[in-house]
Amino acid sequence: MPAHAQGRCGHPEGVAAHDGDTASYDRIRDVWGPRTPHARGTAWPERVDVHLESGLSEGDVERWVPSACVLCSNGCGCDIAVKDGRMVGVRGRADDAVNRGRLGPKGLYGSTPWASSTDRLTRPLVREGGRLVETDWDTALGRVVATSRRLLEEQGPLSHGFYTSGQLFLEEYYLQAVIGKAGLGTPHMDGNTRLCTATAAAALKESFGADGQPACHDDVEHCDALFLYGHNTAETQTVLWARILDRTRGADAPRLVCVDPRRTAVAEEARRTGGVHLAPRVGTNVALVNALTRELLEHGWVDGDYVGAHTVGYDDLAATVAAYPPEEAERICGVPADDVRRAARIFGESEAVLSTVLQGFYQSHQATAASVAVNNLHLLRGMIGRPGAGILQMNGQPTAQNNRECGADGDLTGFRNWDNPAHVRELAEQWNVDPMTIPHWAPPTHAMQIFAHAETGSIGLLWISATNPAVSMPESARIRRILGGDQCFVVVQDLFRTETAELADVVLPAAGWGEKTGTFTNADRTVHLSEQAVEPPGEARSDLQILLAYADAMGFTDRDGAPLVRWRTPEEVFDAWRESTCGRPVDYTGLSYDLLRRRSGVRWPVNDRHPEGSDRLYADAVFPTDTDVCETFGHDLVTGGTVTELEHRARAPGGRAFLKAAPYLPPHEEPSEDFPLRYTTGRTVHQFHTRTKTGRARRLDEAAPDAWVELSAADAEARDVHDGDWVRVDSPRGAIEVRARIGPVLEGAVFAPFHYGRWDPTDLAADAGHRQANELTMTVWDPVSKQPTFKTAACQVTRVRGRDRGGS
Amino acid sequence: MPHLSTYVGLADHSENTLATSFRAVAEGHAQVADVHHTCLLLAGWSEEHRRALAPAVERYGEDRDIDEPERLHAAGLAETRAGEVGLLRDLQDLHVLATLVQTTWTVIAQGAQGLRDTELLQVAEDCNAETSRQLSWLNTRMKEAAPQALIVSP
Repeated sequence: MPAHAQGRCGHPEGVAAHDGDTASYDRIRDVWGPRTPHARGTAWPERVDVHLESGLSEGDVERWVPSACVLCSNGCGCDIAVKDGRMVGVRGRADDAVNRGRLGPKGLYGSTPWASSTDRLTRPLVREGGRLVETDWDTALGRVVATSRRLLEEQGPLSHGFYTSGQLFLEEYYLQAVIGKAGLGTPHMDGNTRLCTATAAAALKESFGADGQPACHDDVEHCDALFLYGHNTAETQTVLWARILDRTRGADAPRLVCVDPRRTAVAEEARRTGGVHLAPRVGTNVALVNALTRELLEHGWVDGDYVGAHTVGYDDLAATVAAYPPEEAERICGVPADDVRRAARIFGESEAVLSTVLQGFYQSHQATAASVAVNNLHLLRGMIGRPGAGILQMNGQPTAQNNRECGADGDLTGFRNWDNPAHVRELAEQWNVDPMTIPHWAPPTHAMQIFAHAETGSIGLLWISATNPAVSMPESARIRRILGGDQCFVVVQDLFRTETAELADVVLPAAGWGEKTGTFTNADRTVHLSEQAVEPPGEARSDLQILLAYADAMGFTDRDGAPLVRWRTPEEVFDAWRESTCGRPVDYTGLSYDLLRRRSGVRWPVNDRHPEGSDRLYADAVFPTDTDVCETFGHDLVTGGTVTELEHRARAPGGRAFLKAAPYLPPHEEPSEDFPLRYTTGRTVHQFHTRTKTGRARRLDEAAPDAWVELSAADAEARDVHDGDWVRVDSPRGAIEVRARIGPVLEGAVFAPFHYGRWDPTDLAADAGHRQANELTMTVWDPVSKQPTFKTAACQVTRVRGRDRGGS
Repeated sequence: MPHLSTYVGLADHSENTLATSFRAVAEGHAQVADVHHTCLLLAGWSEEHRRALAPAVERYGEDRDIDEPERLHAAGLAETRAGEVGLLRDLQDLHVLATLVQTTWTVIAQGAQGLRDTELLQVAEDCNAETSRQLSWLNTRMKEAAPQALIVSP
């Protein structure tokens, strides 16, 4: 087995996948790029991917500005190419632990074109006579401040709600958290992270006491089995998938087990490596994972010493999963019992299992219970904290982790416990405010509840930053009604006039990636510094500057009457954040802009004990579950009822992890006579979120220009639907009309990509108003993580007309 | 054992009242998605408790000559209230009903121990544990709803 050199260039497998004007290498077609296979335990070879605007070569680039990619949750280190004050391309950083030089198609083709798009917001807008008209900053911000002051006076801080993103920088979330929690004192703060990563956080908290990823991407190099639960890595994290392929195509390859109702590229690779593809009926994940767990117990694939010393809850777990022999899983999930046995055997007999979890679990029925079960499997085998053996509860967005860390979402800053008065006091001391100012009488309000309060008008000011809920939230018609109504004043801060901005009362033009400086952290705790490369267009300002201007105008003060917000630069905010993490699991105390400029990507915790950062958590099997340390006392996985401090103390976890399980419950909406099919939404490789950036990149837009639904050959035949035909999809809440694709989705299931709203870059899509996947989804959420369920609803498909002439 | 049968009857009856009330709140606040779905789920638990109790009803009989739960029912959740404060009050009523259920199971468990009726003891302990979870959820949900309902709600 050859060991591969790690030089910057010139090693045998090094491949430069350059894509200039000649389009010499098409990463639209070859999504994962050339293979650099290597053997288990050896370093992942470098491969530097570059893309520059047509006609430019690397020699034309004036400056390369260090950053990391924000077009999926992977967080690949890259340099931004600048020429004539414009961002003209990107190049992967070979020295970065996350990607070793690689970039995916979204990163390559989508990172920069949006920035010089002619429809960028360059001036603030205010609503006049029902229409949005351009104005200056004083006028726009003046209206926000006047409304804010009036509501504070009349109704107090609970009249304010903030709905942020998974795409801002750490400094912006931290400032947002300070303004909301210490300035205003409102519990109504959440991010669209609720839609994509809330369950990752919830599952980690329930099992280990606090958020924080146990494993890191390097574990791909060391595992001998890789389990992917509802994680279509091949499309959602293409560089991580390239990393996995470099193992499965190399010597001593790991076996893959894929849990997905669609026969994805991941599923194909699972079969190819001698692993298993488990395709459960949508909404039945818990029955499947309970059966896998039971198999481990039945066959004694359990590290008894580890379980005895480092966990609590084994007996309850065993009692719950006892009811799920493989045949029961087959009955509920439609997965052959022998496949369940084979998958469990792979988990039970491998020496280093790496598991990854994403939306197929997080956005589905019983999300937290299913994701916690993955943690259980690893705890039972003691497979946490060593190379190759670990868990990656993934994120959906590049900076989602920071929203959770800083507490601009439904968390308390620094992974603190809102139910622990000592934790609240720590924050109050740092911010020098009365602890009573910081809302902690109940969990911070989750997104769906914030919108429900906005619906009744009891939240009278809703401020939305860098996200597009009019397309991305469930039951779109209801969301449009809430945002468009008079009961709530809506502020939207974005790069473009999104579907959401169109419904706002004030629209603030924001600077985007490369137009501002800040840090962000990916799902494996890797922190990057993203430096400003160019000036924002027109009067656009960074989200940090906008929030600072609001804080200044509101005049928030601490308990001594001094300004609450005294920082001016991103670095000053970062340093304040760093202080607030002292003594918490999310320890940034050893991190600085200086260190991040010297090293491309550093994994927290970084402190005196770990000055270079930490690849893995819990190598010592000591978990942050102590009652005085933990981020949560936990929940009933079935009802969401909170565990009290007293109950938590009585279990004396003292650093041991929790084994928790729940019985399977049928989904909230089962197929019926009128709606006989199961509707599930998801992603496609060439688009990100609601396409605000990727839709403005020509090559990505051309690769995936319009919505569709995928149905099985049998369901298509039964409805006389042929590939490319136009179909109508109805659920009890709405309908869409899109083209049909006959594909490898399970019989009885219908898959729709969620990216497509009314907006279209060409304005040519005749169906633009009728293609939004969330018109059909339900307003319902997981009892613990409060993540909405996008993967289970009932629907019907009807043929409308034949395919367009000339094909689609 | 005339008084054990009284309490078996009380358990059966009060679980029925609780189940019916959970269903009433689920329907009355159907637009509050989590309340709707969770109340339906918890109604199912109470109905399951009645099924689990059925053999004891066979064994000991069921003395329905009692009036406490009927009074509660009449004063409780025959119909639900509207709005956020209404939801809060309805959840509070459910909590009162569930507390009655829980103390009933506690008393039955004591009786079952005295009679060495291990089957009834198991039923009483299992149901008691699930009633605790119903109460936990109600308490959690009330805490969440209270500030907005009390301070800002229109």
